[in-house]
Amino acid sequence: MTSSGIIERFKAGLWHENPGLVQLLGLCPLLAVTTNFVNGLGLGVATLGVLMASNALVSATRRWIRAEIRIPIYVLIIASLVTCIELMFKAWFPALDRSLGIFIPLIVTNCAIVARAEVYASRNPVGASIVDGLVMGTGFAMLLMCIGAFRELLGQGSLFSQLDMLTGGEPIRGIVITDGGWLLAILPPGAFFSLALAIAAKNAVDRRRREKRRSAMPRRARTPQA
Amino acid sequence: MTDSAVIKSGVTLAVIAALCTAMVALTYRFTEQRIAANEQAWLERSLQPALSGLFYDSGVTESQLIVPPPHELPGSEAAIVYRVYAEAAPVAALFVVSARDGYAGPIRLLIGIEVGGVVTGVHVLDHSETPGLGDRVETSKSDWAQQFNGHSLTNPDPAGWRIKRDGGQFDQLTGASVTPRAIIKATRDTLLYFSTHSDQIFAEVVAETDEGEQAQ
Repeated sequence: MTSSGIIERFKAGLWHENPGLVQLLGLCPLLAVTTNFVNGLGLGVATLGVLMASNALVSATRRWIRAEIRIPIYVLIIASLVTCIELMFKAWFPALDRSLGIFIPLIVTNCAIVARAEVYASRNPVGASIVDGLVMGTGFAMLLMCIGAFRELLGQGSLFSQLDMLTGGEPIRGIVITDGGWLLAILPPGAFFSLALAIAAKNAVDRRRREKRRSAMPRRARTPQA
Repeated sequence: MTDSAVIKSGVTLAVIAALCTAMVALTYRFTEQRIAANEQAWLERSLQPALSGLFYDSGVTESQLIVPPPHELPGSEAAIVYRVYAEAAPVAALFVVSARDGYAGPIRLLIGIEVGGVVTGVHVLDHSETPGLGDRVETSKSDWAQQFNGHSLTNPDPAGWRIKRDGGQFDQLTGASVTPRAIIKATRDTLLYFSTHSDQIFAEVVAETDEGEQAQ
């Protein structure tokens, strides 16, 4: 894969084909854990790790796997990887594991992962599949972090609180802007509103770009004649 | 699918299942000790809030006593009691109980009671109360739970173990009165249980190896 190809893939993962914003996959964890930035980061990184590893394994074994049994094999691979990631979280980030709770094991059911295995990794070489896992996972993690930060800011008036769940040291209260906030943002409806706003913002940016391109094109066509 | 294709698929599945199991087993081997150490550390750290200001020389987590239901403690499942000693004399008992009447499900509480019946700490271990309202009972979010320290069944008397709005002595939380009520009631009930069962609780130490059977 060339470097410009990798950049194109990154653009796709982060923006044009973002698993959360465009494909609308894996919404259950996305909506449930993003009550603050740290949870979003934790689950985002865990999903990214599983996605890269599962893409690599699916791609590496793709020659030996008959089409009829591919889905049970993807499920086996993904479930084992998630169990490994869960054990690692328990060993190195116990506080974060406690906070994310059931959502780490539930990565198994994140359809974004099976989707990438089926759509991409089963048809492409290992290297390209790892890059695909990296870009799609990053896109998903970025969205989790953005929504987490947004809801934390509105709902608790703070940002980056409880980062100690990652570092394991003294409690970190993060940047406290106000004490308390707009409660609705951290309740479940807040998750839906935040995701809707994120999708609307993305669509608005896309439309602005399209219109700019459309209005720029005729002008460029006219200039040589003038 | 022909027969040979079925066999091939079966073998592929079996091989991949074996490889995946091996991967999980290896990860487990590497993380096992760290996870056990983390759990132990977490348990000990979670007991700390009820131990502040006490002098003791016994290992707290080893002195676990399980009180199976039915019992007069709050909660319908088995309650856990950790006993604290200094030079073999009882110092305090830490109760892990659950208040059943929380706003959204049970609230797991750690309640420390000194041998004389004085509360050394009330700490919320686990709950599903509303974020921003009921969750302020958490020690990390506000000082609310600290107000019980130093109180006992005579200070105030059982009628005073209520929130101020209900004519009691303890602060409520704005916007959440169900949660404080549940915790205050659970603390009072635990104190009542301790006042009548303290001898029994500390006597169990002799039979430490077969605690489970003794308690039954």
